[in-house]
Parts: sequence; structure tokens; C-alpha cells
Amino acid sequence: MSQQISTSAGKSRRPVSSFRFSQDAIERMLNFASPVILLLIWEICARLGWIDVRFFPAPSKIFDQLMILAKSGQLWIHFAASMQRLFWGFLFGGIPALILGVSMGLSRTLRMLVEPVISATYPVPKSAILPLVLLIFGLGESSKIFMVGIGIFYPIVINSMAGVLEINKIHFDVSRNFGASRWQVFRTVALPGAMPLILTGVRLGIGLGLVLISLAEIVGAKSGLGFMMWNAWEILSVETMYVGLLVIAILGIAFSQAITELERYIVPWKHGR
Amino acid sequence: MAQAPAAAPLALNEEAGLSMSDTMTLAAADTKIRLRGLSKTFYTKSGAFTALEPMNLDIPTGCFFMIVGPSGCGKTTLLRILAGLEKQTDGTLEIAAPPKDCPSNSMVFQGDSLFPWMTVFENAAYGLRMRNRPAGEIKDTVGHYLQRTGLSRFHNSYPHQLSGGMRQRVSIARAFANDPDILLMDEPFSALDEQNKILLQEELLRIWEETRKTVMFITHSVDEAVTLGDRIMIMTAHPGRSKLIVDVPFERPRKVLELRARPEYGELVYSIWGHLRDEVQRARAQDEGQAK
Repeated sequence: MSQQISTSAGKSRRPVSSFRFSQDAIERMLNFASPVILLLIWEICARLGWIDVRFFPAPSKIFDQLMILAKSGQLWIHFAASMQRLFWGFLFGGIPALILGVSMGLSRTLRMLVEPVISATYPVPKSAILPLVLLIFGLGESSKIFMVGIGIFYPIVINSMAGVLEINKIHFDVSRNFGASRWQVFRTVALPGAMPLILTGVRLGIGLGLVLISLAEIVGAKSGLGFMMWNAWEILSVETMYVGLLVIAILGIAFSQAITELERYIVPWKHGR
Repeated sequence: MAQAPAAAPLALNEEAGLSMSDTMTLAAADTKIRLRGLSKTFYTKSGAFTALEPMNLDIPTGCFFMIVGPSGCGKTTLLRILAGLEKQTDGTLEIAAPPKDCPSNSMVFQGDSLFPWMTVFENAAYGLRMRNRPAGEIKDTVGHYLQRTGLSRFHNSYPHQLSGGMRQRVSIARAFANDPDILLMDEPFSALDEQNKILLQEELLRIWEETRKTVMFITHSVDEAVTLGDRIMIMTAHPGRSKLIVDVPFERPRKVLELRARPEYGELVYSIWGHLRDEVQRARAQDEGQAK
């Protein structure tokens, strides 16, 4: 650690760099500290009886419940069910969206043909079509997968198209001049060029997918984190509800972090500018 | 031009993206490019815009052909038609069939044309990869041209990590590595400072001496035209047409700075400037007229 500081200071010959290093550390600590402080205040308030523990049980109680559910294996069953639906929904919604979106960016005709449909259906709240989806797909897995898929479809299709349209025209001229086929243009220009925006779409899509899977599981499922929370309401186990919320929140953070890592790996040319 | 064989041009036409009736294969080996009455008009909402007036031109094989003209005279349009990126409105374009396994042309574009998502090596290898050449050949050929342009150390860098001059060198390496029959260069050095420009001109001449391919090179610098070219076409202000074609008598191989020190060099630059000045002034008058 000390060596790192001395080399960086030696390079720029500015003592400022070591000062900035500690500033970074302070910022990181603040990031971590704010939720911890919030939880502490919550815990204290709950113990002193300043808040109604029927609605806001102490964090320590929620944590206890988490351990109980984890040990009994219940939490994992629901967690796995939700993850599976997310995975398939992501696959069935995301991949067609990616192909369609990039193709729409490449082909004016296809764009003219499909864009009105997408613009018209995009503003419909996805939660509002749940009854219809349940009617069509029944109470089985497919209705849940469809809901996730539809949530992920829109952000990815729209971002993929926008990503291709943002590519400088000169790059398409280059690929044409060098004799690239349609598929080669797709693979070497459109897809990598649109990738930064596509990943933004994936990020948004996963967030929406988490919202929709919880909702779909509340209404028509016998497993999953959404079902677990709904079931907890019925048996008045408020702590279990909070466990569900906590797990979903952690999932959201984990996915977001994973995409940040993925970006570093897939679009290295966008970093270090 | 009508006696061109009917079957041969197919491959070339596909390459250039032009229809058969407008591009034909030259039979004669000593002429690489032949234009007859080639013109281009753009039709926009505000009306028709003539970029190129009918032009006749013959470019011999192995010629380093320079085009100078005021900005907006249709130089780039002409090059884009040759590259197959644009189609002429009228007239014929004949390009000699390239040797087997050799693409008809490769272009060095004006400005930043490297793919930001590819490394220097991947950028330079682009043409060969699109033609599905074996990996070993790609490695050797690209390695050779990266070495010739002094970029070997940077083969894993991304374009944003390079300076403007280095990026332009990658762009030149990309065109040369594709081993095309004709090289098209659209003001490749215009964005560079004077020192880099001279170094790159020398580099270009050195690499070109290895193969002596036919080159079409657009520039707005008379100095550059006289330094590099065998023949210079001066174009008129808009609408563009050929005003005058001048032969450059200097022997090859050339050394840029030594050439520029010679009195004949100055005389030639001066006389070409005399022809070009009127056109530049006309182009400026047109711009001012539009501004009003």
C-alpha cells in the first residue's frame, strides 16, 4: 500500500495524489456508512418503541428471520424459483429484442414498419396486462416468464436501435468499402458500436424484470420471492416480508454490479477515456 | 469501352456495388480507371445539386494520381463513386479487373474512420478478415504494415489511446494491408500538423514504392500534390469538373524535404497555384453568395 502511494507521488511529484487517495477512501466509507447508520437508527427506534414494530420490526429481528428461512431451506426454494423465471424471461425477451433492435437500427424499412408498434405498446403499464397474460398463459411458469420477458424486451429493443443509429456513418462506409457482408456489418459494426447503449438497456431491463416478477408471483404463483412476501402477509409474518424485500434489493444491487463488471470486459474501449 | 466482355465484370460490379450497365471491365492493361461522361447530381428537398459535371479521365496503371480543388468541388464525391459508396447519375466508369483474390480498391477516409471498439491490430486487419483470409496470412501482412508505419508496439491499443497522427497511420496500414488493386485516399493528412504531415508523406511514399499500386489521392494542398503525385488534376469550383491535368516530372524514389528545396519544385507549385487561385476565389464568392 505504502509503496503504491510513493510511486504515484513520485511520478507526478505532487503530494496531492496521496491526499486524493485518502479522499477516495473516505468517500467509499461514506457510501457504506449511510445505510449502516440508517439501520442503527431504525434498530434503536424499534427497541425504544418509538416506531410501531408491527409494521417496522427491528433490523435484528428481520435478520433472525432471514437466518431461520435460510436454514429451513425455504428461502432458497423461493429464491431459485424467482431466479429461474428471471433467467428464462431474460433469454426469451432479451435476445429477440437485441436482434430486432439492432436490425431496426440497420434497416430503415424495418424501422418504419416496427417502430410505430413499439411506440404504441411501450407506454402501456406492463403490470396492467398481467390479468390478460394469466388468462392466455394460465397459472404455470410461462405466464411469469412472459411477464419478465416483456419487461426486458422494451428497454433492450429501444436502446439497441438507438445505439446503432448513434454509430458514425463513416464506420458503415468503411465496412462497405472493405467488402463486409450484411452479417459482417451486423457483427463487426452495428453490434459492437451499439453495445454501450445495449448494456444500458440490459441494466434498465433487469430492474423492470425484478419489479414484474415480484408482481406476477404475488398474483399467481406457489413459489418465488413475490409469493413468499404475499404468503407472509396472509400469515402476518411481517419479518418475512422484509426478508423478501431485502433479498430483492440485494439482487438488484448484485445485477447492477455484474453489469458494471461486464461493461469493463465487453466495452473496454469506452473506459479510461 | 463497349467491347468489354460481358461475363468478367460481374465480380467487380458486386465489389463496387454498381450495376452492370454502368461499370465495365477495361481490357487494356495500361489503363486502370477510365471515366466517360461521368457526372453526379444530388436530388434534395431544396432541388437538384450538381456535384460533378460530365468528366472524362484515364488513369494509367501504377499512377500516383492527385486531385486538387477548392472545397465543395466534388472531389470526395468522385472518390466515393470510385469506391462504390455512391453511384454516378450518368456516364460510365470502367475499372480494370483486379488480379485474383485482390480487392478492387480500399479507401483511406478523411477524418477519424477507425472503429473505436477494435484494437489497432483488429482495425488494420479489417479488410483481410472480411475476406476470410487465413489467420496466419492476416498476422504476417498486418504485422508487416504495422511495422512499416511504426505501430507495432501499439497493436493492442485502442484508437482513443493514440494521437491523431497515429490513428491516421493505422488507417493507412488498414488500406495497404488489404492489398487492393487501387488505393483511394481522401485528404488523409489534412487534420495533421505540418511536421507530422511531412513524416507521414515520406512514410507513404516509402510503403508505396514497395508495390507501386495505382493511387487516387485527394488533397487541398498544392505542396502535397506536387510532392507525392505523378499527375495532378486541378478541379474547378462548384460544379466540379476537370480544369487542367499537369504531369509532375520529378524522378522516384523521392525525398520530401530534398524535393521541396529544388527550384523546379517551387516553380511547379507556383504555376499550379496560378490555376487554382481563380477557382478558390470563385468558390469563396459562391459561399459568400449563399451566406447572403
